[in-house]
Order: sequence, then structure tokens, then C-alpha cells
Amino acid sequence: MVVVLTLISLIAAGILGAVYTVTAEPIQQAKTAKQQAAIQQVLTTFNRLETDTVNNLPVHRAYQDDNFAGAAVEASSNGFGGEIKIMVGFDPQGNIIDYAVLQQAETPGLGTKIVDWFKTDKNNQSIKGKNPGKNNLTVSKDGGEVDAITAATISSRAFLEALQSAYQAYAGNDEATNATTGATSLQPDTTAVDSLNIQLTDSINAIIE
Amino acid sequence: MKSLKIILNGLIKENPTFVLLLGMCPTLGTTSSAINGMSMGLATTFVLICSNIVISLIKNLVPDKVRIPCYVVVIAAFVSVLQMCMEAYVPAIYETLGLFIPLIVVNCIVLGRAEAFAAKNNAWYSALDGIGIGLGFTFALTLLGAMRELLGTGKVFSLTLFPENYGALVFVLAPGAFIALGYLIAIVNKMRKA
Amino acid sequence: MGYLLIIIGAVFVNNIVLSQFLGICPFLGVSKKVDTALGMSAAVTFVLTLATIITYLLQKYVLEAFNIAYLQTLLFILVIAALVQLVEIILKKVSPSLYQALGVFLPLITTNCCILGVAILVANGTYKLPDGMEANLLTGVVYAIATAIGFALALVLFAGLREQLRFANVPKALEGTPIALLTAGLLAMAFMGFSGVV
Repeated sequence: MVVVLTLISLIAAGILGAVYTVTAEPIQQAKTAKQQAAIQQVLTTFNRLETDTVNNLPVHRAYQDDNFAGAAVEASSNGFGGEIKIMVGFDPQGNIIDYAVLQQAETPGLGTKIVDWFKTDKNNQSIKGKNPGKNNLTVSKDGGEVDAITAATISSRAFLEALQSAYQAYAGNDEATNATTGATSLQPDTTAVDSLNIQLTDSINAIIE
Repeated sequence: MKSLKIILNGLIKENPTFVLLLGMCPTLGTTSSAINGMSMGLATTFVLICSNIVISLIKNLVPDKVRIPCYVVVIAAFVSVLQMCMEAYVPAIYETLGLFIPLIVVNCIVLGRAEAFAAKNNAWYSALDGIGIGLGFTFALTLLGAMRELLGTGKVFSLTLFPENYGALVFVLAPGAFIALGYLIAIVNKMRKA
Repeated sequence: MGYLLIIIGAVFVNNIVLSQFLGICPFLGVSKKVDTALGMSAAVTFVLTLATIITYLLQKYVLEAFNIAYLQTLLFILVIAALVQLVEIILKKVSPSLYQALGVFLPLITTNCCILGVAILVANGTYKLPDGMEANLLTGVVYAIATAIGFALALVLFAGLREQLRFANVPKALEGTPIALLTAGLLAMAFMGFSGVV
């Protein structure tokens, strides 16, 4: 009696193992394909990508030949229905090119509008072309310059929060790049430049916060 | 002749949602739009057909006392296969349905059909029963999904029928699921009596 | 403070039955009387808490340790089924009076999707936590207990409504399940008032 049950369980486990080995690669591919598509969407032309981690967030730096062409940053925050994960593209000046929502569980018909609300050019909805370092990108209720989604302020706040952390990761990253390029081409004293840059980054972050 | 009767039985006479009132969790949880409802219905149909076939094939090998655990193992195996295949080939739908895919295991329809039909009939008829019940379930979910999507957002299968502003958003939200299903069952009851 | 937020969130804001749609079958099936609703709730709370702890440990020390996460659904449902059987046997021996009260509900619990649902959510760490809290065994257990309380609250409230409903003059076409579903819809609407609290 128990033998039959064990046997059936073992056969089932074996079949699942087989299916797992077959599907493991396509699952991985589907995940990277989604990430790649999001990067393509939020950045303009580039032909080389370098990925590293800043503040625990993945930053994909894009280069057109050897010129820095901007970066796509993944960030997340706690929304109304669960985690909101976004990918934001910044140009070399730190202006937002575009964004993509990778994952969300907001209320259908309300919070789910984050997917395209902040790129629709209407009133003060759009964040495209704005710079989180210069513009106050919070909802107008909190004194910012962005219109929140009607009846979904929490989702809007969460989205903009994720956007801020993406920018912080990008900004830290931007300074670091300048430091290395500056060091090799102009300045012999790298440590001085580095410490200056760290101070700069800190003060910028302080202003943002 | 009997084959056709089995399929029609699942679709109309013993429709799992409207008549037997089984599998209510996915019925309410995944029907915020017609396409979501249909995907969930088809996913369940796949599991129903496969588990029905296998269970009717092994029914004589399994001792009566461990019958139910064995059926559950078979069903869970097919659900996991479905889960992995969906994650690999239709990741978008996999993400929308989320938790409700592994929960097909505890959908009373699947175990109910295994016990009530597959354990007593041959593989061919069991497969047909799986198709019939599965399609009946899919039909019900698609109908409910379409109704909620239309009343809530003015669209059906993303085809706009009237502007979104005139929709009653509550139908897309949780309470709307209960209310829409309540009225749908009332209408079906009325039609069945007439 | 964080734990309080988890509890309020799971009981009121994201009520397992009325906003997550898990455990609808017992919600509609055993809600005709307040007494039975209470019995079912107690049984669910008991099994849900135990099942969450066991499946969480299995996930961490078996499935993830041996890299066989794809067996999750299969293993969890077997564990839950076995656990329900075990609870039934132990209860029968240790506390016959409690068994009398809960016994009839126990077999129904295996196919109650809120048990497997919550077990998977906690094991995968995908349930909603307040900002800055990490998913671990303690938060998982708190979440599971709070979810069970939410289930009990919804079930008992609904049973109370249905007891009153027997004296109501309901249109013929809506008698039975349809009016029960409409009532549940109104209850869900009331719970929507909690949204945004946490």
C-alpha cells in the first residue's frame, strides 16, 4: 500500500526532474529576454552594455562605441498590493528617457495605471525628460510637481520612490565613471579627484534627500 | 454517440461553475479580464485531461486505501509540469495568474472528476470527460471575465466597446467578482428552469 | 509595531477570502450557521499555522538546500494531506471533546486552497510585508496566524449575515447561491474600506 504511493511519488518526482532540466534554460531565457526588452525600451541607441551593482540595485551602463550613452537602473519599492519593480533609463545628463514596469500587483484599473501614466503627456503626469536631481519628482499632494494617478496615490508614491532610488544609484554611478575617465586622461592625482567626487556625491545625495 | 454526450455533459448539464459550484477560488480570483479567465480555464483543462487519463490507467494498480493520496500526487505532478512550461513559454500569463497556477492542485473540480469519473471509466472516456468539464470551466471563466471587464472598463478582450470612464470599476475589483458571479448564476438558474 | 502592521494587513486590508479569493469553498460551503463557521475557523487556524511552519522549514532545508524547488507543489500538498491526517489521529487520542468539535471539518481542510496558498506565499517570501521587514520564519508564522484570523472573521461575519438572510424576502431567481454571493460582494465592499490603512 505504502509501496504503491512511494512508487508513484518517485515516478512523479522523476518526471518533474526531467521536465525541469528541459525547461530550466527557456525559463532563464524568458527572464533575460524580458530584462533585455526593458533595457532596449528605456534607453536610446547603444551598442555595448556593462552591468554592475550600486546600492544593491542593478545598473546597466550603456555605451555607443566608447561614449557613455546613459544607464538603465532596476529599482523596487513597496506598493499598494505588493512589490513594484521598475526599470528606468537615464541619459548622460541624468534626464529620464523612459521607464518600464517589470513587476506589479496593484489594483486593476487604478494602481496598474503606473504602467503608462507617468509617460503620458497630459497635465503634469509625464516624468519623461525630467531630472530627479533638479526636479522635485514627488506627487503634488506632497509638494512635488507630478500629478498622482487619480484614486491611487499610494501606488504613485511607491512608483516615484522607486524612481528616486534608481536615480540615486545612477548618480553615484555617474560620478564614479567621471572619476576614472578623468583620472586617466587629465588628472595625475587620482586620489584627490576621487575624494572630491565622493564629497560631491554625498552633497548631491544630501540635497536630494 | 456516448463520446459526444460525455463532452456535452461537462459543458452544460454538469457545468462545474454554474451547476456544481466547484472551483470557486480561481473562478473569482482570475476573472478580472476575459483573457485572464480564459487562460486559467485552459490551464485547468490541461491538468484535468492529463490527470483523468493517467488516473483511469492506474486505477486498478492503486489500493483503495491510498487512492486519494495517489490521485493527489498525479495531479500535483501535472500541475508542476504545467507551471514550469508556462514559466518558460508564456511568462506573461504565468505572472498574471501567479499563485492560482499551483493552486490548481486543490481545485475541487480536478480531484472530484478523478474520483467521480476517471476512477470508474476507461482512459478514452476519461479524456473526453476532462475535455468536457475543462471546456465548461473555461467557458464559465471567460464569460465571467468578459462580463467583469465590460462592466468595469468598457472592454472585452481589450476591444473597447464604450469609453472607460463610463465603467463601474468595482466590477474589476474584489466585490465585483462576487456580485457578477451571483447574477450570472441567477441568470443560468432561470434559463435552466425555463 | 511591524508585527502589528502585518496582522492588521492580513486580517482587514488584504483579507484572504474577501480580497485574495483563497478559501472560497469553505466560505460558501460551511457558512450557513455561526457555530459551524466557528468550528471550521478553529480547525483552519490550527492546521494553517502548523502547515506554514513545516513547509517553511522544508523549503529552506530540503527544497532549496538540494536545489529541487520544482518539487514544491508536490511536496507541500503531500505534507498538508499527511498533516491533516496526523492532526485527526492525535486529536482523537488526546482530546476527544476537541475532536468532536473539529473532526468533521478536518478532512475538508486538505482541499482548502488557503492552506496551500499561504504555505507557498510564506515559503517563497512573496507575501506583503511592511517596509523594512525581512521575510523569515517569525514573520511568516505571524502572517499565517493573522491570515487564519482574517479567514475566521470573514467566515463568522458571513455566517451571521446568512442566518439573518433566511428571514429575508429574496426574489425567486436569486434564492440560494446567488443571494449568498451578492451578500459576500457587499461584505467585500465593506472590507475595501480598509484599503490604504497599512
